[in-house]
Amino acid sequence: MEKKIAVIDYGMGNLKNVKNAFNFLGYSAKITNDFEDIKNATHLVLPGVGGFKDAMATLKRKDLVNPIKDAIIEGKKFLGICLGMQLLFETSEEFGYSEGLGIFKGKVVKFDENAVNLIPHIGWNDVEILKPLEEFKGIEDKSFFYFLHSYYCVPEEDIAAAVCDYYGKFTACVKKDNIFACQFHPEKSHKEGLALLKNFIEN
Amino acid sequence: MLAKRIIPCLDIKNNEVVKGINFEDLKSAGDPVELAKKYDDELADELMFLDITASSEKRKTILKLVEKISENIFIPFGVGGGVSEIEDIHNLLNSGADKVSINTSAVINPAIIDEAAKKFGSSTIVIAIDAKKVGDEYLVFTHGGKKNSGINAIRWAKEVYNRGAGEILLTSMDKDGTKSGYEINLTSKVVQSVKIPVIASGGARDAKDIEEVFVKADAGAALAASIFHYENSGIIPIKKYLKSKGINVRL
Repeated sequence: MEKKIAVIDYGMGNLKNVKNAFNFLGYSAKITNDFEDIKNATHLVLPGVGGFKDAMATLKRKDLVNPIKDAIIEGKKFLGICLGMQLLFETSEEFGYSEGLGIFKGKVVKFDENAVNLIPHIGWNDVEILKPLEEFKGIEDKSFFYFLHSYYCVPEEDIAAAVCDYYGKFTACVKKDNIFACQFHPEKSHKEGLALLKNFIEN
Repeated sequence: MLAKRIIPCLDIKNNEVVKGINFEDLKSAGDPVELAKKYDDELADELMFLDITASSEKRKTILKLVEKISENIFIPFGVGGGVSEIEDIHNLLNSGADKVSINTSAVINPAIIDEAAKKFGSSTIVIAIDAKKVGDEYLVFTHGGKKNSGINAIRWAKEVYNRGAGEILLTSMDKDGTKSGYEINLTSKVVQSVKIPVIASGGARDAKDIEEVFVKADAGAALAASIFHYENSGIIPIKKYLKSKGINVRL
């Protein structure tokens, strides 16, 4: 079946790098916020860098909340990257309290400023794989991925697929049914990142 | 654990990588995309492109180059040189750069840091500081190291951090080009003054110098040009050496 990758455009961060990575792997990908594109896609990607509250406000303003939820419920393959992972949870403590898409039970919290020397967590960190998922095929345990974030997800269901240690362990990847999401940026994580994107499309 | 980063720096002039000593006797070193790919294969953690094209008209061609790099290289990269307005930052990020480095313009107009950090996120904003020891203090120099701003470098580092810079690219002008190792004292002082990563630059000769700036000054990253351009050592042997010394690197 022809792969139709839709990278959801909601004005947060550099989406082109995600598209570039798919193109480099030989897939066509479209940056879009068109409902038809989202409906017709075989694979949906929600990327993003920036603030949780702004992102949710933008998704609401562009009426993207329901199309995204519908696609997920329908069973479409879905990839959340960085902020796109965080948005899948119920709430974030950014600016006190913000509501997310609520696909996963759990919340998004900030690194503890008293315990963590450098915030944001920025750079290459090794990732400990907890579950041998198809998405990790060909990727060694403890491989390095590129992170860039100040908040992380705390799932309240058993969906953690990988963890990362930055002044304590946090959830780096989650997987549930048709949804895979990662806190790091696969599109900036060299061969391992590209392998993960390819696995997401092919499996 | 977070890895210490190795960042090769590529000087770009008229869309070609150039190598030279102290900006003189510049020789073309080939196509930036090809060299970037080579460093990417050698496990560079990040790349920094410094546009030294003189005329601002010709500089616009850097955007096409940035686009081409972002289509071929899947590690983070920064671009600096001649960035003076918010629009320059917007254009570079929009073309695919992950980070933009600002130097002279930030000293002239510090508010650009606040504005850029707010608009594009702190993580995209690198403030480059060229520092030189004058008497017993380190001072910030601008305009490619030609002009003494009279500003204390440590104080300036704190200020750019408070204004929202995501990283500091700290070059010791005293060490740059000397191949006598990084300026440990200066780097260490800046690292201790801010809560953002400091990229050390200037003076690297070999893997031991990089080890020293990681261990003694706790720099988050080491930037260098000539040791990767000229030496046979390459990035992987340097990383293997660092790993053997107990430093966490991505291998």
